[in-house]
Amino acid sequence: MHTDLINLKDVGRAYAPPRKDMHPVEPSAEMNQQTVWMLAVRDGRDRAAFGALFDFFGPRLKGFIMRSGTNGAQAEDIVQDVMLTVWRKAHLFDPHRAQVSAWIYQIARNRQIDVIRKERRPVPEELKLPETDEIDASQILAVEQDAAQLKAALAKLTPDQRAIIEQAYLGELTHQEISAQSGLPLGTVKSRIRLGLERLRHDLKGLREQ
Amino acid sequence: MTAINHHTSDALLAAYASGNLAQPFALVVAAHVSMCIECRAALLAHQTVGGAVMEAGAQAACSGGLKASILDRLDDEPAPEITYARSSIFPSPVMAALKGKPPRWKSLGMGVRQSILSADDTGSVRLLYIPAGRAMPDHSHSGMELTLVLQGSFSDETGRFGVGDVEVAFDDLEHTPTANVGPACICLAAADAPLRFTSLIPRMLQPIFRI
Repeated sequence: MHTDLINLKDVGRAYAPPRKDMHPVEPSAEMNQQTVWMLAVRDGRDRAAFGALFDFFGPRLKGFIMRSGTNGAQAEDIVQDVMLTVWRKAHLFDPHRAQVSAWIYQIARNRQIDVIRKERRPVPEELKLPETDEIDASQILAVEQDAAQLKAALAKLTPDQRAIIEQAYLGELTHQEISAQSGLPLGTVKSRIRLGLERLRHDLKGLREQ
Repeated sequence: MTAINHHTSDALLAAYASGNLAQPFALVVAAHVSMCIECRAALLAHQTVGGAVMEAGAQAACSGGLKASILDRLDDEPAPEITYARSSIFPSPVMAALKGKPPRWKSLGMGVRQSILSADDTGSVRLLYIPAGRAMPDHSHSGMELTLVLQGSFSDETGRFGVGDVEVAFDDLEHTPTANVGPACICLAAADAPLRFTSLIPRMLQPIFRI
């Protein structure tokens, strides 16, 4: 398949050994704007970039949180908690693995559930990153390209399918309901898994070699 | 590291990412993802879909003062957060459920022990300790049961489960997990309803042990 060829090529490039001349922050012009802002927050503690992230994600977060039945005032409290977490835990953001929106999505879901259930959600262990802050622009672009393909695929779904995906990721469907949705294009999701997996294997290998 | 052969399902990972998984199951999924890079990568993929849904979804304007109020708080000292590191065979989410303490084992007889981490109407999650060659008390369940191996291995009617493997069993499965030869099998097991034992004596003990 054509898209697979593109990804495989990117994976190949991503595994070239890190070059000595790489600079910690070298945001490429092709890199998506949210990633550039997030890296400026992570590496430069850049408040203007954080403001730009808020302008982009604030209204989306609020809309998303309100869709699951939270009122406006409480939704803004959650938006505040989420954005402060983005600032405080910026060091955990890794653009080689995930898009900014994916990272913020999970922070937002965790926070909303903690507020509703008044208990802490179990979260996976943080994977130790190799001791390097080098930015591998080709890998970041590969992750972004992957996400862009995913968005394009989502946009092509029938309205019914898209509604099911939205419900599933808004937390409106139980796992039984998700499994029962034979029309749910989980293949779209699964096709994305390989690239992330390769990256994790690469990072773990790097850790063992240290 | 031995290969993990039995994984969680995409439906469970999607429900976990979206926050719609009861706490006992969410703990097993978080523990499995801590041990399995394939499911970690799969979870990342689900989070990417979630992020795409959030980005494309309806927006709601934030009130005028929100941005300034957040920017004002960037330098605030955040409330201290207690974190629990992995300890021997227990990944960090299990240590968090144990509140950093060793399991408090209670004997179920025949060398089998359990340590209940939480149990309420929505389900239960516990650690089980099964000596080599011993079986879990014969049981069936009225909903779903997730069993993650943390040490040793067990086999039942459906296959062999080693460290990192998770068995996803539904109520149509009546099985007898038996610990294999080797170190005692220690599992993290979650069920969304109390387990029903099929033999009489454990059934009488059930209210006492909450198994």
